[in-house]
Amino acid sequence: MAESINIYRLSKLFIYIFMVFLFLIAIVPIYVLLINATRSTEQINLGLSLLPSKYAAYNWNALTSRGFKIHQGFYNSAFISTFTTLLSVYFSAMTAYGLHMYKFKGRNFIIGLILLIMMLPATLSFIGFYQFMARIRLTDNYLALIIPSIAAAGTVFFLRQYLMSILSNELIDAARIDGAGEFGIFNIIVLPIMLPALAAQSIFTFVGSWNNFFTPFVLISSESKATLPMLVQKLRGDIYRTEYGGIYLGIAISIIPILIFYSFMSRYIISGITMGGVKE
Amino acid sequence: MKRKVKLSEQRLNRWGYFFVLPFVLVYFIFHFYPTIYTFLLAFTDLKGLQTSFSFIGLQNFNKLVHDPYFWGALRNTFIIWGYNFVPQLGIALILAVWFTDLRLNLKGRNLFRAVVYMPNLLTAASVALLFRSLFGYPVGPVNQFLQGVLGLYQKVERDGKIIEEAFNFFRNVTVTRSIVAFIQWWMWYGHTLIMLMAGITSISPTLFESALVDGANNRQTTWNITLPLLRPMMLYILITSMIGGMQMLDIPFLLTDMRGAPDNKIRTTTVYLFNVGFQGRNDYAYTAAISIGVFIITVILALLIFFFIQDRSELKQTSLEKRALKLAKKGGING
Repeated sequence: MAESINIYRLSKLFIYIFMVFLFLIAIVPIYVLLINATRSTEQINLGLSLLPSKYAAYNWNALTSRGFKIHQGFYNSAFISTFTTLLSVYFSAMTAYGLHMYKFKGRNFIIGLILLIMMLPATLSFIGFYQFMARIRLTDNYLALIIPSIAAAGTVFFLRQYLMSILSNELIDAARIDGAGEFGIFNIIVLPIMLPALAAQSIFTFVGSWNNFFTPFVLISSESKATLPMLVQKLRGDIYRTEYGGIYLGIAISIIPILIFYSFMSRYIISGITMGGVKE
Repeated sequence: MKRKVKLSEQRLNRWGYFFVLPFVLVYFIFHFYPTIYTFLLAFTDLKGLQTSFSFIGLQNFNKLVHDPYFWGALRNTFIIWGYNFVPQLGIALILAVWFTDLRLNLKGRNLFRAVVYMPNLLTAASVALLFRSLFGYPVGPVNQFLQGVLGLYQKVERDGKIIEEAFNFFRNVTVTRSIVAFIQWWMWYGHTLIMLMAGITSISPTLFESALVDGANNRQTTWNITLPLLRPMMLYILITSMIGGMQMLDIPFLLTDMRGAPDNKIRTTTVYLFNVGFQGRNDYAYTAAISIGVFIITVILALLIFFFIQDRSELKQTSLEKRALKLAKKGGING
């Protein structure tokens, strides 16, 4: 009996060691990034350090003096992500409610369509999309990045699942008897009820748009319209070759907002992943 | 009376069209039409700065079937995806079983889960650049760690003498592929862990309780209850991960030279698609053919996985039932 308890304790110890190991793997790359962002290139070349140094301002100057327009990239990414999120989540909620509430002809077809397009890889339509945008002269225009997000199949699916589990028909009927219009009911009664799901979807849509590199990289050509991932991509270039500290700082700046946001919202975000079951 | 109710209900249901209209409009203009357009372009000769094209039949697809770079890229994609997926599912599965085991009652599970999921939210482009710097040559942090802490060097023969040097990671095919796979694993296993834990906690607790009453030990409950009932979730993870893996772009694109160095060996199908379409040749028609080729392969694989695993899970289900029946007859297992 005592022996089996010892074995049990030993295996528990082994599990904790394994957990610490994985924990370090998750943390260390980020930690090295943040530390090196504050160190000079000479210090970085000399070796590793666990403590920050005081060259963050110097690195910032090294970056911005080489045309790395951080403010602008930040502003552009925030602009695109905000509008993408607002439009995508609002219209997805509207679609989800329409599919949930009304039994109209073609409803089942749209539900099936949504399931199908969730499984379609994004690259399938990309060349056609690019050529189409080029033809109607919407390349280098944020509209091409924002408008398509109105039709977000994954978000509709998720929100519809949520509505099915939470919305009561009595409430809607009561509002109708009180004389509320259908759009009024949606905006005033249904949206507030959906708030937890809307918040979760907003977070994922915002982060997805913020992180999107490929679409803006192909569509946007003006320097002044570049998004943050497009700027970060430039750090591969030769003009930054000797500025290791600056490169680390540039990368760090693009992920620090996400880290801060996540440290406050992690519990909420994690429960949001499995809330509606499916999300890429 | 009844007719009246029906009529007003019908009128009410018509509102549904207004609610789904924005979605349907935007979908057909910005998603469906481009998809059709991609299919159309694949049969043309659209290239570079041209705006007009003519139809050339199946030439692009013929070229695709005989394109060694395409098949090479497909092979790279599978190898990198495999290197990533096996440890991703394996480690996430082991952790999920441990974390949901009430008898183990591990401390710090939630913090751990939150931390290992975190890389999933980071900008992939930034992550690629970060690891490019970490594995830098000759003075990246990984080399500094290997030399300073572990005393490891790469031995290189030069002029008949063997010298010790820093590792040039991105020169070696296997190492570079492993780095890409590692980054993918690093970014995704936390997500898989969360999905699997949700799958396990949705299994009815009475099953575990009755197993406990019957005297089943940890390993028996894991093998006979948790894993078989987790199959649908694992199937879902496998298929979405495969579809996502076929789209792998940011990391292999930005980690080395944007063309999958060394020797094009981390050039995934999507990186290849990008190279053909937007760097140099701008062969849009052929790019369209590549994306359709990738799509067809993805669909075939998804169907194969689905039928293969679905069938086996049905078999498993019946054998599970049989086992349960036997157990009931015997009146439980001991030990």
